[in-house]
Amino acid sequence: MHELSLTRHVVSMVVERAGARRVTAVRLRIGRLSGVSAEAVRFAFDVCARGTVAEGARLLVVEPEGRGECPACGRSFPMESVIETCSFCRMTPLRVVGGEDMMIESIEMEAG
Amino acid sequence: MCATCGCSKGAKVTIEGDHEHAGAHEHAGAHEHAGAHEHSLAHEHTDDHEHSHAHEHSHAHEHSHAHEHTDEDGRVYSHTHGAPDRGPAELAVLEARLLEKNDRLADRNRAWLAGREVLALNLMSSPGAGKTTLLVRALSELGLPASVIEGDQASSLDADRIRETGAPVLQINTGTGCHLEADMIATALERLRPAFGSVLFIENVGNLVCPSLFDLGEAVRVVLFSVTEGADKPIKYPHMFRRADVVLLTKIDLLPHVDFDERAALSALRAARPDVTVVRVSARTGEGMPELLSWLRDRHAALHPT
Repeated sequence: MHELSLTRHVVSMVVERAGARRVTAVRLRIGRLSGVSAEAVRFAFDVCARGTVAEGARLLVVEPEGRGECPACGRSFPMESVIETCSFCRMTPLRVVGGEDMMIESIEMEAG
Repeated sequence: MCATCGCSKGAKVTIEGDHEHAGAHEHAGAHEHAGAHEHSLAHEHTDDHEHSHAHEHSHAHEHSHAHEHTDEDGRVYSHTHGAPDRGPAELAVLEARLLEKNDRLADRNRAWLAGREVLALNLMSSPGAGKTTLLVRALSELGLPASVIEGDQASSLDADRIRETGAPVLQINTGTGCHLEADMIATALERLRPAFGSVLFIENVGNLVCPSLFDLGEAVRVVLFSVTEGADKPIKYPHMFRRADVVLLTKIDLLPHVDFDERAALSALRAARPDVTVVRVSARTGEGMPELLSWLRDRHAALHPT
């Protein structure tokens, strides 16, 4: 459950930014190849935010698709797992070029 | 749960040398991270992952305003956004990595270690792959000053085994935590004080999932993979194996007794990380130990150009 500990990091950064203001929304970007389950983060968020200025905030998670590029032929493909081979030249493992994001995009706060 | 450190009953991290604190919210010692919030601009990035630093663009905007939209056909729409009851809100664009704090601390650890010419290795594997047994043997045969940070959910059993070799060791118990994080290592380094020019082994919590995400400030990521596990482990746990610098195939003395397809295992490893270094080793018989130790000494020598 690294998501619990990641979500603690999220809440701690959000709280640090918000100061005394109440946070109404938090927007995250968690790529599908990041190794982090957006679902588990959603689950952990309410628990971690409890008792902080982020308690009750809406959590929005965008989940960019995985994308890979073949180092041999340069073609680009959607990826569902971080280990996939090029479907054109067959043997070459794809290099992940998208879907690994783990970002806090923005937060919305009440005006201070 | 405490928002500062995330500690709660049962989830408390204890690092050897902690002094007791009465309340869960008293942060003496273990949870004091000196300078953790400083932004040092002069750290190096030796890995190939990006370090984007959080920069904020914040702007307050009024939520009560009328405006017009013109679409492609030239039609104009106008509408009014009403102010919410609580008054204007502020949107702060953070674009901060989720692991920003951990990675910042990991960079500090890395700089601290580099300044003392300490070669730090982060050892990861599933439980029971033989990390401690291999360490015990490596420590007695390495011939270089070395110390160990032991990570386990509970007990000091592993630290006790290491201590018998005479190497300085510090135990971190993560409570319910399933991996080590950079702040724990920062505290451990202050207490353990690895010798100048030494080797530091960090034995992570046995787990093939969570530790892969958390940079500790190590120079080398070592993943152990024992022949008693399935040859398809690298495919099933790709996040761990694709970030490995070195994979140690352990317990090879058991190969005649298990149905381990070594060729399949190697091809799975290459799929996860094409350029990975693989060393076959048995801590029991010593097979492969000379290769492992000579690789270690080379890495160590590279830190100390003569």
